[in-house]
Amino acid sequence: MQWETVIGLEVHVQLATRSKIFSGASTAFGAEPNTQACAVDLGLPGVLPVLNEQAVAMAVQFGLAVHAEIPEVSVFDRKNYFYPDLPKGYQTSQMYHPIVGPGEVEITLDDNTTKRIRIHHAHLEEDAGKSLHEDFHGMTGIDLNRAGTPLLEIVSEPDMRNAKEAAAYLKAIHSIVTYLGISDGNMAEGSMRCDVNVSVRPKGQEAFGTRAEIKNVNSFRFVERAIAFEVERQIELIEDGGKVVQETRLFDPERDETRSMRTKEEANDYRYFPCPDLLPVVLDQAYLDHLRSQLPELPADKRARFQTSLGLSAYDAHVLSASREMAEFFEEVHRVCGDAKQAANWVQGELSGALNRDNLTIQNSPVSAHQLGELISRVLDDTINGKAAKQVFQALWNGQGSSADEIIEAKGLKQVTDTGAIESMIDQVIAESPAQVAQYRDSEPEKRGKMIGYFVGQVMKASRGTANPQQVNGLLKEKLDALL
Amino acid sequence: MHDKTVTQLAAALNSGELSSKELTSHFLQRIEKADGTLNSFITVTAEQALTQADAADKARASGDAGTLTGIPLALKDIYCTQGVKTSCGSKMLDNFIAPYDATVVEKLSAAGTISLGKTNMDEFAMGSSNENSYYGSVKNPWDLSAVPGGSSGGSAAAVAAGLVPAAMGTDTGGSIRQPAAFCGITGLKPTYGRVSRYGIIAYASSLDQAGPMARSAEDCAHLLNVIAGHDVRDSTCVARGVPDYTETLNAPLSGLKIGLPKEYFGDGLDPEVEKAVRDAVKVYESLGATVRDVSLPHTHYAIPAYYVIAPAEASSNLSRYDGVRFGHRCKAPEDLIDLYTRSRAEGFGEEVKRRILIGTHTLSEGFFDAYYTKAQKVRRLIRQDFLDAFEDVDVLMGPASPTPAFDLGAKKDPVSMYLQDIYTIAVNLAGIPGISVPAGFSNGRPVGLQILGTHFAEAQLLNVAHQFQQATDWHLKRPAFAEENA
Repeated sequence: MQWETVIGLEVHVQLATRSKIFSGASTAFGAEPNTQACAVDLGLPGVLPVLNEQAVAMAVQFGLAVHAEIPEVSVFDRKNYFYPDLPKGYQTSQMYHPIVGPGEVEITLDDNTTKRIRIHHAHLEEDAGKSLHEDFHGMTGIDLNRAGTPLLEIVSEPDMRNAKEAAAYLKAIHSIVTYLGISDGNMAEGSMRCDVNVSVRPKGQEAFGTRAEIKNVNSFRFVERAIAFEVERQIELIEDGGKVVQETRLFDPERDETRSMRTKEEANDYRYFPCPDLLPVVLDQAYLDHLRSQLPELPADKRARFQTSLGLSAYDAHVLSASREMAEFFEEVHRVCGDAKQAANWVQGELSGALNRDNLTIQNSPVSAHQLGELISRVLDDTINGKAAKQVFQALWNGQGSSADEIIEAKGLKQVTDTGAIESMIDQVIAESPAQVAQYRDSEPEKRGKMIGYFVGQVMKASRGTANPQQVNGLLKEKLDALL
Repeated sequence: MHDKTVTQLAAALNSGELSSKELTSHFLQRIEKADGTLNSFITVTAEQALTQADAADKARASGDAGTLTGIPLALKDIYCTQGVKTSCGSKMLDNFIAPYDATVVEKLSAAGTISLGKTNMDEFAMGSSNENSYYGSVKNPWDLSAVPGGSSGGSAAAVAAGLVPAAMGTDTGGSIRQPAAFCGITGLKPTYGRVSRYGIIAYASSLDQAGPMARSAEDCAHLLNVIAGHDVRDSTCVARGVPDYTETLNAPLSGLKIGLPKEYFGDGLDPEVEKAVRDAVKVYESLGATVRDVSLPHTHYAIPAYYVIAPAEASSNLSRYDGVRFGHRCKAPEDLIDLYTRSRAEGFGEEVKRRILIGTHTLSEGFFDAYYTKAQKVRRLIRQDFLDAFEDVDVLMGPASPTPAFDLGAKKDPVSMYLQDIYTIAVNLAGIPGISVPAGFSNGRPVGLQILGTHFAEAQLLNVAHQFQQATDWHLKRPAFAEENA
């Protein structure tokens, strides 16, 4: 039987506010345990939450970026359950009236086609603390630094049909939130976490199959792997005559498998009810208009602009707009050198290669966008040739100079375009290579083109790579042909 | 000294007739002598009080004193007080030393008042007799076999017995007004949002409100001046100007329109209580007020709605008492579930457990709409009843409680205890202010007249109550216990 996979994602994005969603404590990552938890975060008797306006603004910006409805009124609810790292015994979240209503996100697939994934809603909530099971000799340590950190939970419709689409969706969300600057998107530090809902159904069937929810999948790669495993498990189960049960599962990246955490029967009753300590959030049109006017150019718009006004290919436009840092780097290179295609080639070619090799992100590139732009300019204005440009790039990468011009000067890489100088080098090469000249002369005319490569190489060598290759080519041909 | 009102004591301090140190020592001695019998305090902070009194006297000497500088007060043990045990009347918090001051406590300190200590209360403010305290029952100074009311029973009894000139209470369903009535003192529950709840241990967040309990409406006005106002730490505390509540105390009452809700004079009302209330209304008529009957048709739904909403909020508010970070923790827990269940089973008393169970049930899947959502609808209707009534009249009057103080141990059945609050609970659901003033006696036990106004009408309530106290002397009556223990 042919099976179809149905996937929906719940993405938790940690918002980059300075303080927590309901208290003034700092949200900075990596502090000593429990040093960033104030009375409110500890859930001491008598304390009350006060909503962080910045978190609201960020959630709304996200909503506007995904063309979502922003309801006038949203309400915080309490989700009640006991856990040692949940200080109040409830999580303040939004169950019934979330801050962001239905919207949609465009994802780009491998073949550069796009697909729209609908967003069901997004809501604000507070994060819990962390339980630390190591280093406490059979006891559990609780770190409440993270308790109260603002999260935006983005819930998609079950619109994805394979693991690649799910990963592309997660990347699109990552790209939007980092473009907006509402999250650092750092998955390793838990700034973006993802729950994946997966089900399968016979192809052509309209009704959804029973889904399993895979909790806390924390990288793009793991999302694909967890889905691949889960789909296979469900199909095998059904084909063997079994039934998928609705349950929560955990992905184990070490073993590359998902395991059951709890079934629906064991699920908590969270007893949601409106939080009486917080007023409903009421947003007026003027506020929304103000935030809309502050929105940066978003990935989808940038991608379109790169194609239509810069003439980049769909592939280039997608890669270069995928992250805000990449796009900003590319745009700066382009601004300095003025040639979009060259800028795109260099960023995706030499620069990306070097970054990958040294395992660096573009934010940490040793060669700045400005430096790269100047380097490309020197190629475009024929100061150096392509070969020398690669040397200059490497020198900039290694910190051997502060600008392309400085390195060109220091290394004497300036392209030789003086015809007389090139001619004298050619004459010398011809004089030193009688055998090759003779061979050239005796060859069939159609094979001579190939043979000229030897002479070009010798001349370039003699010029230490600085001779203009096109000029060398042209002049060599003239001189050799004159010998025929 | 212990007979005087805050207003009188403030005048004596101001004239130099009396020092705060003398005043504070005097009340500390009275507590020492009488409270073994009354049990109105859980913690007495004598040393701290005397230090504060010294500071107050110095401030006054240097001309740096406000109206209430040097006045001793007591705080219901629901207010967080930095460095002082804050038990909320519960074994759960018997070991809890609050690391911060509630906003109300900060404001009272800034005004120069002195805290003598923390008063007894029903556990987590759940009760109408103060019999639900982990620290034992409080006795009513008018009759030691009677309850003082609850949940602010310790504050009420201490003021009535002259152990302190005034005290702070909180009122979620009548917890200021009913004990004030039972103990023959004046107690004001302000509008929800008038006073910050920050640092007041939550029982039912949408209903809890702090207020003063004192010998006169004038004293309540002075105290409300200090504690009212916006607090950025409480989102439900309203940003609205605070008038000087003492300025309008003497406004004449001619033309005042009083409504008597017929639902407040029905079955179950003690005839002597009714007589005292009707007599009080006659006093108002003599002061130029007009009286008419009004109806609050949804009154009989108030108790059921309250006992859905308050326990629902409480079940969530009390989840933080899990034995993990503070409060009672059971000995040698076997695992996490054992830690939770035994810590909570041991730390909470019966009534608290009952309300947590009720609240947990009403919020459960499948019951939520039938209970919680419905109760919220009823709540809106009850609020509308009041708003409609205030279209026609300025204030409503009736009894604060259907009976005077009952005997200790008399109400064994929780529901009969809940019915005690029949006249007070709707006020919290509507969020309006109410005040209880002494208006006579029934069988030797005090009767409270309850006066209700629309949202933020505290100035009017205090004016109306003060005028009654200018015309009558019920508020000046003192229990024999106060003198016997002088």
